[in-house]
Amino acid sequence: MLEVDLHHSFGGFTLEARFQAPPGVTVLFGRSGSGKTTIVNAVAGLLTPDEGRIAAGEWVLLDTARGIRLKPHRRRLGYIFQEGRLFPHLTVRQNLGYGAWFAPKDAPREDLGRVVELLGVGHLLDRRPGALSGGEKQRVAIGRALLSSPRLILADEPLAALDEARKAEILPYFERLRDEVSVPILYVSHSASEVARLATTVVALDAGKVIRQGTASEILGDPSVLPAGAREAGAVLTATVAAHHPDGLTELSAGGTPLFLPHIAQPLGSQIRVRIAAHDVILARGRPENLSALNILRGTVKEIRSGEGPGAIVALDTPGGRVLARITRRSVAALGLAPGVTAHAVVKTVSVAPGDIGAGGGHA
Amino acid sequence: MDWLGPEEWRAVALSLQVSFWATLVSLPLGVFTAYALARWSFPGKQLLNGIVHLPLILPPVVTGYILLLTFGTRGPVGSLLNEIGIVFAFRWTGAALAAGVMAFPLMVRAIRLSIEAVDPKLEQASATLGAAPLWVFLTVTLPMALPGIVAGAILAFAKAMGEFGATITFVSNIPGQTRTIPSAIYAFLQVPGGEGSAMKLVLVSVTVAMSALLVSELIARRVAARVGGK
Repeated sequence: MLEVDLHHSFGGFTLEARFQAPPGVTVLFGRSGSGKTTIVNAVAGLLTPDEGRIAAGEWVLLDTARGIRLKPHRRRLGYIFQEGRLFPHLTVRQNLGYGAWFAPKDAPREDLGRVVELLGVGHLLDRRPGALSGGEKQRVAIGRALLSSPRLILADEPLAALDEARKAEILPYFERLRDEVSVPILYVSHSASEVARLATTVVALDAGKVIRQGTASEILGDPSVLPAGAREAGAVLTATVAAHHPDGLTELSAGGTPLFLPHIAQPLGSQIRVRIAAHDVILARGRPENLSALNILRGTVKEIRSGEGPGAIVALDTPGGRVLARITRRSVAALGLAPGVTAHAVVKTVSVAPGDIGAGGGHA
Repeated sequence: MDWLGPEEWRAVALSLQVSFWATLVSLPLGVFTAYALARWSFPGKQLLNGIVHLPLILPPVVTGYILLLTFGTRGPVGSLLNEIGIVFAFRWTGAALAAGVMAFPLMVRAIRLSIEAVDPKLEQASATLGAAPLWVFLTVTLPMALPGIVAGAILAFAKAMGEFGATITFVSNIPGQTRTIPSAIYAFLQVPGGEGSAMKLVLVSVTVAMSALLVSELIARRVAARVGGK
């Protein structure tokens, strides 16, 4: 387990971060300027913090108190940068093999063929990065990091420079990386969808401080922690594929509650994470009837958070899991919503974005 | 090329020899200096930059005289080197030294620009993949700056071919030893009837200089295309 404890001041900004990254994907989640990239660069050794300690057991990367500052090239990390940073003068094959050349001979190695197949870059091997699309570049960058025999993979918003279609193309590769490769991943993101789909652990950051650490469902389902702002609010449910219906719908089971979504290309019984955006949820006191929406979840109001504006976030505990709803304060008053009150969350099938549905990753 | 007489041939061959060695020996030092100026910050950086550029702005005769005072047989450096058998004064090696010194600023400028054009983020990426600083330089910085380095070397070679003032002041104008093309042209023009030989050497000079410029332009364009197409 990687333990990070950093203190760093620069240009009026103070970073005071302390967290643990267990195996799996640990997402550093926060809006831009919250210090996420600074943390990752400190872990990589590209930035030396004023004070701090970064270690995993006996393996100490940084310990300012003991004067240990491992050089970046001795840290054995696979860093996937936002802009890819492939070497333009080398072919894809040479880029992929670059890190392996410097790795210790006895280090555990990923097989080139397996990684090439995992990332689908076999047809690109003899090209140069200049001839690749944005998504292809990023896949090669993932492979390059993976093949350097890293003890830890760092990814700094690897999807932020891509358009929605390319994001949808790359995200499944990170899911496979999480589920098929044992190397822990430290992943920086400001996107709630990426957190919902990828995170084993979430470290929520705001203004250089860790405000909360927990699982994806804990962090995204807590209305008091909204590192990406109220607009991005939305809880994540864990469900299994129960049936594929002939009319194109996939029926999930979230703790026994049926959930109908547009077709999901996953076999029956496989585990799915679904993020339900809070602004897509309608609340009702009684069970609504004669309604086009297919998903109605009954639950108990747990918490209501009102801000300065007209909106409020209502947390509803249902048998399928926590659901957040973003409604107006006027509606909260009109429905008489308060902690302990029974309510129904209404979720339109088609309102769930494909980017918010992810496969695997264990319980969110 | 029968149209060149033996004396003219000797000048051309000597010029090529002098320029070749001047370029070859100064290239590693030029790359190192350019890298230091492009990537490091250290006390005295501006002073080093000034010294490197000095031969470009001083009168060549002054540079030649400083070389004579320093590397002459009785100069502080020259007398030391003399003891281990390295002599510059009035030898072709001295002509090469003068040519190398005069061409150095041009070489360093070209290489420095090409090193500065290499994105430090790529060097960081290389380090995170396990490359020690020397390997980062050899596998990323150097190959990416290579077109600029080649252009700098060609520029230096052309400049060395044309060096006159510092050479004649430092190592005089001895046929077969230090009489390079410019010195030979100067000598031919001093005697009646030498214009024909001088003109032939002028043609050789122009041809070499133009070819060098063309090649270096071509390479510069390739660099621009590569940086733009990244």
